[in-house]
Amino acid sequence: MAGIKENAAAVYEWVEHRLGLIRPLTAAATHPTPASNASWWYVFGSAATVLLIMQVVTGILLALVYSPSANEAWSSLGILNHNVPLGWYLRALHGWGSDFMIAIVLIHMAQVFLFGAYKFPRELTWIVGVGLLLLTLGMAFTGQVMRFDQDAYWGLGIGASIMSRVPLIGAPLVHLLLGGPIIGGATLSRFFTLHVFVIPGLLLAGVGVHIWMTLLHGVSDWPMPGRLVHKSTYEREYQELTGKTGIPFVPDAAWKDAVFAATIMFALMACAFFFGPFGPTGTPDPTIIQSVPKPDFAFLWIYALLAFLPTNIETPVILVAPVLGIAAMLLLPLLAGEGERHWARRPVAVLMVSVIAVTLGIFTRLGTYTPWSPIMDAWTSAPIPPQYLHNRTPLERQGALVLQDKQCRNCHTLEGVGGQRGPALDTIASRMTEDQIIRQVLQGGGNMPAYGNALNPAETKSLIRFLMTLRGENLAPAVDSSHALTHADQTQTAQPPSSAPALKTP
Amino acid sequence: MSELLEHPGEPSNNDLPPEAKAAAHTRRAFLFKVSVLLNVAVGAVLAVPLVGYLLGPAMKKRSTTGSWIAIGLMSEFPVGETRLADFRSPVASFDDGDTAKVACWVRRISEKEFQVFAVNCAHLGCPVRWFAQSKLFLCPCHGGAYYQDGSRASGPPERGLFEYRYKLVGDSLVIHAGDMPTLATQASCKEKPLVQIDPAFAKAASTPTRSTEWQG
Repeated sequence: MAGIKENAAAVYEWVEHRLGLIRPLTAAATHPTPASNASWWYVFGSAATVLLIMQVVTGILLALVYSPSANEAWSSLGILNHNVPLGWYLRALHGWGSDFMIAIVLIHMAQVFLFGAYKFPRELTWIVGVGLLLLTLGMAFTGQVMRFDQDAYWGLGIGASIMSRVPLIGAPLVHLLLGGPIIGGATLSRFFTLHVFVIPGLLLAGVGVHIWMTLLHGVSDWPMPGRLVHKSTYEREYQELTGKTGIPFVPDAAWKDAVFAATIMFALMACAFFFGPFGPTGTPDPTIIQSVPKPDFAFLWIYALLAFLPTNIETPVILVAPVLGIAAMLLLPLLAGEGERHWARRPVAVLMVSVIAVTLGIFTRLGTYTPWSPIMDAWTSAPIPPQYLHNRTPLERQGALVLQDKQCRNCHTLEGVGGQRGPALDTIASRMTEDQIIRQVLQGGGNMPAYGNALNPAETKSLIRFLMTLRGENLAPAVDSSHALTHADQTQTAQPPSSAPALKTP
Repeated sequence: MSELLEHPGEPSNNDLPPEAKAAAHTRRAFLFKVSVLLNVAVGAVLAVPLVGYLLGPAMKKRSTTGSWIAIGLMSEFPVGETRLADFRSPVASFDDGDTAKVACWVRRISEKEFQVFAVNCAHLGCPVRWFAQSKLFLCPCHGGAYYQDGSRASGPPERGLFEYRYKLVGDSLVIHAGDMPTLATQASCKEKPLVQIDPAFAKAASTPTRSTEWQG
């Protein structure tokens, strides 16, 4: 036994004498870190790294089968899903891994922000981290293109349309993005190059620099209210703290990272197993216009935002807001590199994270059911609720037919079924008078097209009659209060009170 | 080893007297600087073809993009109706597969009068669908709506649908197609864009001088 041990030691000495990496790496892994850092809050960065390695490994395995050609990409995904043993599971791991990685990177970022860990001397670590976040999102977008289906095709169309809004150089930018005049083989090739060579290379290099800086400056100590960061004293204080309470990172702190990473990986494996791979949806054939394109989860909030921007400020917002947002993230540590770190003393930081998280959550939620989009087949698939047809005149029932036939249901619900672009029509007559409804239908306005050219007088008449029956719980129809006044006015004119000057009766 | 340390530029020479430092500016140090410059020059020359290759797609002259292509017989498009037509993009490449296909909406107004619209919404390029009963084009993405003549009806688009130039050759309807239509790349589309943001702007856009602005 002793012989084996001695032999192993000799082999280790032989290798290390020539390689010279094992000792410094061991020293780096076991470097002392303040004991307060052995926290469950400090596990997200390492989990993101583990997920990145997972993505690289599954990505390489998928590239064994995937064909990055516009002719074959979609079919090769089908082969991965159905013909290659476990191909579906690799696709599922890679797809879910992408969502997991974005989520963990965002949580890591929020944690670092709330703990003030971006302050001196870790400003550059944060700035590189912002770059890593953007690269991660870049991987997600280019990855969606790899799934060369209808969502990928029209997602590229949206990308090109956004590029085309750049003043002066819009057209060259579109061509640069697409690799030619149209979305096609050249587009897929360049997105493949970005997804497989360029961005992963930058990402791995960036992660290396990020981790190097973390080792150089040490993991930031647990923030304490009132313990301020000063450039002149912080590093000495950190060293003192490490000297007093230091524990070796491996194993005393790292076991929590390892447990969390294993938990995340297990959750990822379970999601991939139970929910399976994403798509592909239909073939990337732009002549199939029965398509409802949607971006992947990480970009749903942008998709939702683009539905709400007013037309006249949309282009400036699309082009300027990302620049400002990224600039703000990059400048944060340079402008706020000193001072309080604890979240309890930084209410604005807490408020920002809360507002941003709620905003992203709301827009993502809206993006999952797109209330602003017409439901294209509602006019043929959503029936009129029967009670709205009981005890109605033939003219009113004819109006119900007009309502269906003119696709009103694509944007309007009855009993919650139909499009949500316009208001629900269930109680429309108790909110609008007959005159208002006629005007709205014929002239449109307020985000509704005018139907004057699409309705003949008979259709209009019957449609209005039907709409006038829609007053929930048999409420009285809305009345125009000015009618009464006009009427009263007429009455008064007809029979002027005695006190009024007799103007019209000479 | 000791021989190497004698050479200039090494840390051990830092405490040398000035004369010795001057002597350290040797032919080798000079040649190293020259070699750096040489590599900068070579790199600059090499960058020209590399960057040119990379920017190739963006450098293409607008006028060379696209050509006339027949999309069907006139008899396929009844007067007063709007029909979907498709064709293979004249600018497609060998490996474009299904993505080389292009769809367009053909509206026949009268015997000789057509409008050919791109399916791409003027907002963000999603495929619009025609609803003959309500005489509207609707976009599934963000709810852009257009009237039968392609003008903006409602929703986020800032203008009407992109319109291809067309001509009638014998019995065929021929359109000019090239770039995927976006706000910046509509060279293949009709001179006069259907701008409908507000009446005053629409009026201005209908004059020939204004229309060139959209050609970017």
